[in-house]
Amino acid sequence: MPGPFEYILWFLCTPFEVAALVCAFKRKALRRYFFLNLYVAASLVASLGRFQILHHYGLNSSAYVYFYYYSDALLTICLYFALTSLYSYVFHELKAERYVSLVAFSLLVGTAIFSYSVVQQSSGKFATHFVVELSQNLYFVGLVLTYLLWASILKMRETRTRVIQLVLSLGVYFSLFAATYALRNLYPPMSSLLQALPPLIACFLPMAWAYAFWHLPEEARLVPARLAVVPR
Amino acid sequence: MMAAGIFVFSAAALLQFFISYCRSLIAASAKQVLSPEVKDVTGIQRVASGEDFKRVMQLLQLCPECPEDRNSVQAIGTYFSLLNFVRFTVARLVPSARTWTESERGMCAYFAAVALERRISFSRDMLAQQMDG
Repeated sequence: MPGPFEYILWFLCTPFEVAALVCAFKRKALRRYFFLNLYVAASLVASLGRFQILHHYGLNSSAYVYFYYYSDALLTICLYFALTSLYSYVFHELKAERYVSLVAFSLLVGTAIFSYSVVQQSSGKFATHFVVELSQNLYFVGLVLTYLLWASILKMRETRTRVIQLVLSLGVYFSLFAATYALRNLYPPMSSLLQALPPLIACFLPMAWAYAFWHLPEEARLVPARLAVVPR
Repeated sequence: MMAAGIFVFSAAALLQFFISYCRSLIAASAKQVLSPEVKDVTGIQRVASGEDFKRVMQLLQLCPECPEDRNSVQAIGTYFSLLNFVRFTVARLVPSARTWTESERGMCAYFAAVALERRISFSRDMLAQQMDG
């Protein structure tokens, strides 16, 4: 049976996912940020599935680990498309949506091929290794893409506060995940300790998005150059 | 080697994104005017100082939490600790950094006061709903 920590882990994240969807619905942002909300909805479904498995098998069971990583790979792909949709908002005036989609899809396929080539040598559990590798690589690709998007926002003087906060929160999320996975690869003995981190980090995104949808009206504006760490 | 490179890049990006994210939260709240009663309670009249932060946070913890602002309050709390660290290290050597950290700490306190205002109105709404029910 899972202990209180495992249940807290699960209970922490799920209400925030519900809150993010409710805030988006109440502020009429469900359709405008469709892919972002689709990701949150998918994450909610995955959370419910994870809870079922956690309840029956426990946190350290292979069933939970399998379900966690397989659902995580699907969610990462979903989040990748959410990021692409943010690119579309920012580059909307340049009418570059088609190019953005094309580049994003090519990058996704490229990452999948790279992940395949990395795990090709592994002896057993090929699919599982592939899923974990793809997920880790996508977090890093997502981080690089978010970084480029933030640079574009600064360069193009995008002023929509809500879009800026959505992008920055995504940057924090991707960098936390990428750093955690890199740390796990650097120090394999710490792996079990770091295993508890991803579910905690996962809470950040729905919380940040709920805040952005609820407190920031679509018409709110700010000067992005003032937010940069290095003054521009 | 590759994992080390990814870790360094991710950590640097995290710091940059986190600071920019916190500053975007602060910038969005800086435009809101505090009500006279929150000004009285917090002692912040026009400009907040870093010294107000701890007191306002204590007041904030007395109010029931609204789920959608928990994350932002925690993020600003972490940012404030980061600013304190800079204040006691780098800012001792670089005078311009000292002025900057002081101004940022004050804005963190103002953000906390705006969050307090929101929580008070959230509590009032909840109470009104219970009275109606």
